Amino acid sequence: MIEVLVIKFVLAAFVFFLVLNLAGFHTWMERKQSALIQDRIGANRASIFGFRMLGLFHGLADVIKMFTKEDIVPTGADKTLHALAPFFSVFFALVTFAAIPFGDRLILGDRVIVLQVADLDAALLYVFAMLSLGVYGVILAGFASRNNYAIMGGLRATAQMISYEIALGVSIVGVIMVYGTMNLGEMVRAQGHLIGGWIPMWGIVTQPVAFLVFVTAALAVTKRLPFDLPEAESEIIGYFVEYSGMKFGMFFLTDFLETIVVASLTTTLFFGGWQVPFLMPDGFHFPWGGELLVFNWVYALLGFASFSIKVLIFCFVFMQLRWTVPRFRYDQLMNLGWKGLFPIAVVNVVVTAVVLVLFGGTS
Amino acid sequence: MVSTKRGLGGGVPLPPEGGRGNEGEGGGRHTVKVVRRPELTFWEKLYLPQILCGLKITFGHFFRNLFLHIAHRFGRLRHLRAGVTIQYPEELRPLMSRFRSRHRLTVREDDTPRCVACMLCETVCPAKCITIVAGEHPDPNVEKYPIRFDIDLGICVYCGYCVEVCPEDAIRMDTGILDLAAYSREEMQLDIHELMDPELRKPISECSLDFPHRCEVTGGGMKGSWDVLGQVEEEPRA
Repeated sequence: MIEVLVIKFVLAAFVFFLVLNLAGFHTWMERKQSALIQDRIGANRASIFGFRMLGLFHGLADVIKMFTKEDIVPTGADKTLHALAPFFSVFFALVTFAAIPFGDRLILGDRVIVLQVADLDAALLYVFAMLSLGVYGVILAGFASRNNYAIMGGLRATAQMISYEIALGVSIVGVIMVYGTMNLGEMVRAQGHLIGGWIPMWGIVTQPVAFLVFVTAALAVTKRLPFDLPEAESEIIGYFVEYSGMKFGMFFLTDFLETIVVASLTTTLFFGGWQVPFLMPDGFHFPWGGELLVFNWVYALLGFASFSIKVLIFCFVFMQLRWTVPRFRYDQLMNLGWKGLFPIAVVNVVVTAVVLVLFGGTS
Repeated sequence: MVSTKRGLGGGVPLPPEGGRGNEGEGGGRHTVKVVRRPELTFWEKLYLPQILCGLKITFGHFFRNLFLHIAHRFGRLRHLRAGVTIQYPEELRPLMSRFRSRHRLTVREDDTPRCVACMLCETVCPAKCITIVAGEHPDPNVEKYPIRFDIDLGICVYCGYCVEVCPEDAIRMDTGILDLAAYSREEMQLDIHELMDPELRKPISECSLDFPHRCEVTGGGMKGSWDVLGQVEEEPRA
C-alpha cells in the first residue's frame, strides 16, 4: 500500500516538476519566438556571471521580481476572495494534468506502473470539469477586486469560456464514440491500432473535424490570442487589473499552464498520446515486415519522449498561432462560438454516429 | 465575420469637378462614386485558409531568422541580418552628418577656446541655457574670451541656433554624444571644462585648462594665466 502511495507521489512530483518548468520555459519561448517572427532579437540581457544563455534567465528574473514586488490589495476588495482567486486558477490548471497519461506501462521488477498520476475511468469528464472550474478563478478575481473594469473583464471571460466549453465538449463526443471509452489511457491505447496495417488510428485520422473544432475552442477556453479578450494585454482592461506581484504572476502562470493542458489534451485525444507509430509493447512491428524488439523500459521511454515531443510541438504551434492571428471582436467571438463551432461539432457527432452504425465502429 | 451588406447605399455625392463633364448634358448632375466594401469570399469566411496563409508568413520569418541566427553563431552569412534590432549600448546607430548632439567648444592651436565671448549664442538661445562671462584676451585682435561658458543641458532644446549664429565657428554640436541621462540637475550643467573636452564626464577631478577661467573644479575661483601659454606680448598701455 505504502509503495503505491510512494509511486503515485513520485509520479505526481514528476509531472508537477515538468509542467511548472515548461510553463516557465514558455515565457522564454514566447519572447524569443515572437522576436524571431517579428525580425527582432528578443530579451537577452539578464545574465548570471556574464552568461546570458540566449535570455533564458529572464524568466528567473521575472519570478524574483514578482516575488519581491509589493502586493497591493485594493481598499474595497474582498480580501479573502482576492487572495483565493489566483490560487483557484493555478490549482485547477495543475490538477488537470493528473488524468493525462504521459506514457504506457513501465515494468519495474514485478510491479507494473501506469505512467499516469490518476488512472480514472471518467478521466475525460474530470479534465473538462477542472478546465471549467478554472472560470471560478477568473470570475472571483473580477468580483473580489471591487473594480468595475475588473468585473466586466471577469464577466467577459466567463461568457467566453462557458460558450466555448460547449463546443469543446461536443467536439469530444465524436472521439468518445469512435474509441468507446472516456478513460484517457484506454483511449490512447485504442489509438495504437492500425488502419489497413499502415495508418495509425489516431484521432486526427478518424475525427479531423473534431480536431479543428477542439483546438479552436480549446484556445478560446485558455484565453490565448486570438481569443484573449478577457485580458487583452495592451488594449482592454482584464479581470486581473487589481493584482500585482506574484498573485498576478499566478494568473500569468495559469495562462501558460492551460496552454500546456490544451497541448497535452490535443496530443492525447488526436495524436495518439504516447503512441509511436508501429511501436507495440514488445517493439517495432513495421507493416513492411521488419521487426525491432526493444526492452520494456526503452518502450516506456520512447512513449514518454513521443508524448513530450508532441506536446512541445503543439505548444510551439499554439504560440505561432498567437503571434499570427489578430484578436477577434467580441461579437465575432460569440458568433464563431455559437454559430460556427457549435453546429459543426453537433453535425460531426451526428455524422460520426451514422458512420459508426453503418460501418460498425471499433466500439 | 460580420456581414457588410448594410449601409453601403449610394455613397457620397461628390462636388462637380471643375468644368469637366458636367455642363454638357443636364447640368447639375453630380458624379457618383459608389464605394463597395470588399466582402469576404467563402474561403475567407472559413478562416482556415487565411490562417494558414498567415502561418506561412510567420513560419517563414521564424525559420529564416532562426537559420540566420545559427549561421551567425558560426560566423557565416554575416551580411544578412536576422533582426532589425540594434543592441544599443554596444552597437550604435550611424548618425547623420547633420545630427545635433552634445555641444563642444572648438579650440585654437594653443588649446584656448576660439570663442570671443560675443554673446551672440547666449542672446539667440531660445531656451536661455547658455551663460557666458567674458574676460579680456591679451591679444588685441581677439579682444575677449569666455572665462566662464556654461550650458545647461537640462534646458537646452537642441535647436542648433548657437552653432548657426556663431561668427567664429567656436561652438559645434558634432560630438555624437547622445547618452545624456543623469541622476541630478547638476550633472546636466556643462561648464567650460566639459565643453572643451567632450570626453570628460562628471565628476571632474582635475582641471586641465591653462588660460584664466572661473574654475568650478578647483573651488570656483579664477585659475590659470596666459603666461603659461607663453604668448603674451607685453604691450604698453596708454
